[in-house]
Amino acid sequence: MASTIVARSGSGEGPEQVPLDLSGKRNRDISEHLVKWFLLGCSLLTVATTIGIIGILIYESLSFFRHVPIRAFLTGTTWTALSRGDQQQFGVIPLVTGTVMTAAVSALISIPLGLSAAIYLSEYAGSRARSILKPVLELLAGVPTIVYGFFALTFITPALLKPWLKVGAFNGLSAGIAIGIMTLPMVASLSEDALRAVPRSLREAAYGLGATKFETSVRVVVPAAISGIIASFILAVSRAVGETMIVAVAAGGSPAGQTAVSSGPFDLTQSMQTMTGFIAYTFSSDVPRGSSQFYSLFGVGLLLFIMTFAMNVVSQWVARRYREVYE
Amino acid sequence: MSAGIQASPLAVAPSAAEARYEPRVRTRGRIAGGWRGIFFGATALAIVLLGMLLWSILQPGWSWLSWHLITAMPSRIPANAGMNSAIWGSIWIVSISAVVAFVIGLGCAIYLEEYAPRNRWTGFIQTNISNLAGVPSIVYGLLGLVVFVDWLHMGRSVLAGALTMGLLILPVVVISSREAIRAVPLSLRQASYGLGATQWQTIRAHVLPSAFPGILTGVILSMSRAIGETAPLIVVGGASQVLFRPASLFDPFMVMPLQIYNWTSRPQKEFEHLAAAAIIVLMIVLLLFNAVAILLRQHFSKKTRW
Repeated sequence: MASTIVARSGSGEGPEQVPLDLSGKRNRDISEHLVKWFLLGCSLLTVATTIGIIGILIYESLSFFRHVPIRAFLTGTTWTALSRGDQQQFGVIPLVTGTVMTAAVSALISIPLGLSAAIYLSEYAGSRARSILKPVLELLAGVPTIVYGFFALTFITPALLKPWLKVGAFNGLSAGIAIGIMTLPMVASLSEDALRAVPRSLREAAYGLGATKFETSVRVVVPAAISGIIASFILAVSRAVGETMIVAVAAGGSPAGQTAVSSGPFDLTQSMQTMTGFIAYTFSSDVPRGSSQFYSLFGVGLLLFIMTFAMNVVSQWVARRYREVYE
Repeated sequence: MSAGIQASPLAVAPSAAEARYEPRVRTRGRIAGGWRGIFFGATALAIVLLGMLLWSILQPGWSWLSWHLITAMPSRIPANAGMNSAIWGSIWIVSISAVVAFVIGLGCAIYLEEYAPRNRWTGFIQTNISNLAGVPSIVYGLLGLVVFVDWLHMGRSVLAGALTMGLLILPVVVISSREAIRAVPLSLRQASYGLGATQWQTIRAHVLPSAFPGILTGVILSMSRAIGETAPLIVVGGASQVLFRPASLFDPFMVMPLQIYNWTSRPQKEFEHLAAAAIIVLMIVLLLFNAVAILLRQHFSKKTRW
């Protein structure tokens, strides 16, 4: 490695020899490799996180499914995990009902409002309207979920729902509405991106045929961007299913259909526990380690993970599969 | 031009065509105008909602906002209660998790952008990262509880909470860092190689400094996510009160959103007002973070031109 390269200076006063030291090259090669392996290690850590999540959820739920058969877990209609001893029943249906109901309410809010906002921002709004509306949506997106929970409990329920409906202090409806407000900016911004990606020429062609702005937007631009829009809807629902703090604060601690006044499993005006709400609720009231109650958390967590994972994969698939490609 | 139109057969009966289409044109115009109003109304509703949200916090919380709230420890008596331990807990958790996510996330982003071959395996890592971004935050809590709290014997400590949070914000850092690195033009790398620099020398001396503002913005935004995140910390740290500041990595902790959750779930009205005041503090911190991110982006985008 002690090779010496001779450099010539071209100044004309004869060859002046400068030895060029390349002995650092070996160290350099080693550190190049070390860096590369370190960076690869960082990337592998993200894969390890996924494997860790799936592995731990399955491993810990196995202890749970040893006590409670999977069939009884998936089809049972009574969830009393927080009761004592032999009173415990682990039928997950009430929790799934709570999750699906609150997510459905949130979708009824976030999807129409989010899509309308996206169409307005992409097709109608001038630069001044955009400069006000975009930051508002970004602010709504940046509000921590615990704040939405507080909003649902102290404002939506008493001020918006109480005057019209007979609702309990904790109810699934207010939580669903708050989740809808929380996911609205996501639908709006992802759908807007999809709408903006539609080339101008398509709109101009529609105008050329005499279409109004509304007809162009809804019958040409929206269909052209439909894959991105549907993907944003699915993502919003997936986010709603995984949302924890809003339901933990506003939806209450009893599983759907199991409060004293509730009129059935679909009664949104009463307390309603979701899968995420159950996990948060259990941990805020110190659960004994090693009990079936403790392991049931991982069974519920596994089901939650599978549901959201499936929705995210479908969303990505829809976005890719049905994308219209323009030059 | 006029001669051409008159010669066309369409011009023979203009009145008949107009009579057929004129009413529909007017209806269509009215429908379009109505929908324009609906679209605008839906968007403007976001402003109304934001207004209601802010009012529902400011109205009860404003009068409870005081220096005492920031400097005092939690208490059973609302008038004495403060969120000092929660503020310090948030500082610990957020700064450690940001460092963890920055190191690993940047490493991952550099690998994927600069080193990784374009093959199936790389594609898998990329899909995996976007899937991780969609995992519910409470599931990260379950991961942290088993791996950090139990298996690695960290207990319900600052370290366990911060590492869990670090994994949670990792995908955000990776995705934003990759975008920043991708925006650095290829010519810069080629110039560096041309001068005999190795790949890592090129990345360290040219790519990273150019991408730095974008990376930093991503890290700050991920920190603002970490400040507001509650669910995984309930699982890892529990929601019980902590009456002292963490002094080491292995102390129990309380963070601002957990303190808000704790106060919100109490029946007394005073604690609800206290929670509102704490939310104001939390939102001010969040606004500061976002303001810094925006300023940084503007500052650097003026300097950089390619």
